[in-house]
Amino acid sequence: MSPTTPVPAGAPVPPRAPVPARGRGALAPAPHDARRRAAGGGALARMTLVEARLFLRDPSVLFFALLFPALLLTVLGLVMPWADQPYDDDPALAGISAITGYTPTVLSLAVGTVALSTFPAVVATYRQRGVLRRLSTTPVGPARLLVAQVAVNLATLVVAALLAVGAGVVVLGIASPVHVGTVLLAFLLAVLSTFALGSLVAALAPTAAAANGWGMTLYFVSLFFAGVWLPLPLMPEVVQTVARWTPLGAATQAMTAAWVGQPFPGTHLLVMAVWAVLGLPVAVRLFRWT
Amino acid sequence: MTTAPVVRAERLRKAYGSTLAVQDVSLTVERGEIYGVLGRNGAGKTTTVEMIAGLRRPDGGTVEVLGLDPTRDAAALHEQVGLQLQESALPDRLRVAEALDLYASFYADPADPADLLDLLGLAAKRDTAFKDLSGGQKQRLSVALALVGRPQLAILDELTTGLDPHARRETWAVVEAIRDAGVTIVLVTHLMEEAERLCDRIALIASGRVAAVGTPAEIVRRAHGEQVLHVRPAAPVPDAALLAALADVPDVRDARVADGALVVRGGGALVQDALVALARAGVRTTDVRLERASLEDAFVSLTGADADPSASTDADPRPATTAAEV
Repeated sequence: MSPTTPVPAGAPVPPRAPVPARGRGALAPAPHDARRRAAGGGALARMTLVEARLFLRDPSVLFFALLFPALLLTVLGLVMPWADQPYDDDPALAGISAITGYTPTVLSLAVGTVALSTFPAVVATYRQRGVLRRLSTTPVGPARLLVAQVAVNLATLVVAALLAVGAGVVVLGIASPVHVGTVLLAFLLAVLSTFALGSLVAALAPTAAAANGWGMTLYFVSLFFAGVWLPLPLMPEVVQTVARWTPLGAATQAMTAAWVGQPFPGTHLLVMAVWAVLGLPVAVRLFRWT
Repeated sequence: MTTAPVVRAERLRKAYGSTLAVQDVSLTVERGEIYGVLGRNGAGKTTTVEMIAGLRRPDGGTVEVLGLDPTRDAAALHEQVGLQLQESALPDRLRVAEALDLYASFYADPADPADLLDLLGLAAKRDTAFKDLSGGQKQRLSVALALVGRPQLAILDELTTGLDPHARRETWAVVEAIRDAGVTIVLVTHLMEEAERLCDRIALIASGRVAAVGTPAEIVRRAHGEQVLHVRPAAPVPDAALLAALADVPDVRDARVADGALVVRGGGALVQDALVALARAGVRTTDVRLERASLEDAFVSLTGADADPSASTDADPRPATTAAEV
């Protein structure tokens, strides 16, 4: 059975390989009459663990999803001359430093990286490679793999956000948010609405390459409206207006407002909620396993 | 253990859009046998086993596996039926032992993954990522995943496609070991030699229909009920004299002389009787050859596959002689 044993071409078919007695026992069919135990819970935990390991084994995903937001914020805060300037002439924004004002943008970046880049690409790859189909031949089925994927991505996202804010507070001394609860609510809705968008990509993209392409396009458009390249307050009025209707644009504006203590950003939160409420069921409905 | 068939499929039909992939397939798989589903690519083999495994719902006909309806009782069925699918189906960075442990967690009473790795010769590769395995190792891992739930029935689809002859023979030994452990096997293949070597019974599938069912030997006999004997006389003998010598041999159905050699077709005791008759007539022979039909001949004759090779849109690009390479 050694895969390295050379066999000359045209050699006679060798006798049946000896099967270790232990192995034979391993193969004997299980008695399937007496017991029916649900293996579901253990399987989901195992799947989540495996997905987490696979995630950790992909260095580029690990870097961009987990570390890049914190790194970007820290480097900009340390290097850029504008970091300590007032964020904007607007009296409401003049009280905070520019780097504090940029922090919600970095959080939006963290959400976008996982929800629009990592998640749809992995799911579409699993579909294209037959991973989901293979699972559908087991008692457990493929749905739990998606749950495991979402769990791993959400955990990544929470860690990435904590790293970014932590680095901001410790290294850059950014101001703490005024309305912490509203910031958290806005972050949660940002996650839900952007995952809805990413799930639509995962559901509709016919191939892994397509998922990657669509995801990256949405990603960069979203980053633009989230103010990653140019903070939203510095953008033309029309861009700010459009941004308000996109998940990550609304997320940035809502988190910024809550951070500096502006009035409750109800419209922005509602926009994100609508994206989530419309997008997630549509994605679930359109999702194809094979 | 009951003696009811493991698989009972009757008049299965499945269409994809306007393409009728499976027109009319009935088959019965008995407990403990290796049952071959043999046919060209595109003949409807995979669709047939997908319906048996509950992955596709038939448009017509009925199927019962281990007493279960595959579409209605999919979860219960998948607990007892292991599937090995054609294409690779694991994430690149997943390691061999992790994959097996993961799949073991799906079943109520799984095999010991370490035992399976030993059995399939993968013990040394337990920490190797899926993408770093050779084709044969990937196939063996795929078989291990199909077996880890200790199934009653294992469905193996194009198990050895793409493997080199050595890896193919190793995999065949594994299949026989699985059967010997008491697992019923449905083996989907387009390789005649594989079917001839492994299968207790075969269903020949062509254009979505069952062309023949039986043991490999039965199928060969059915297709070639006659034997063909070639005899070359040592010295020139008039054609008429040769034919006259055979006139009274009862099992001869046809005899003719071509190119100085006698070609005799018939059944039963043809060989012995014809040679004795020729000897009695004083004909000495230098060269005697008996054509023995192979499963491949039977396949061609029963399915007419060679008559219209373009009939199948995704015809196998490999030459028909692939099976002869080993």
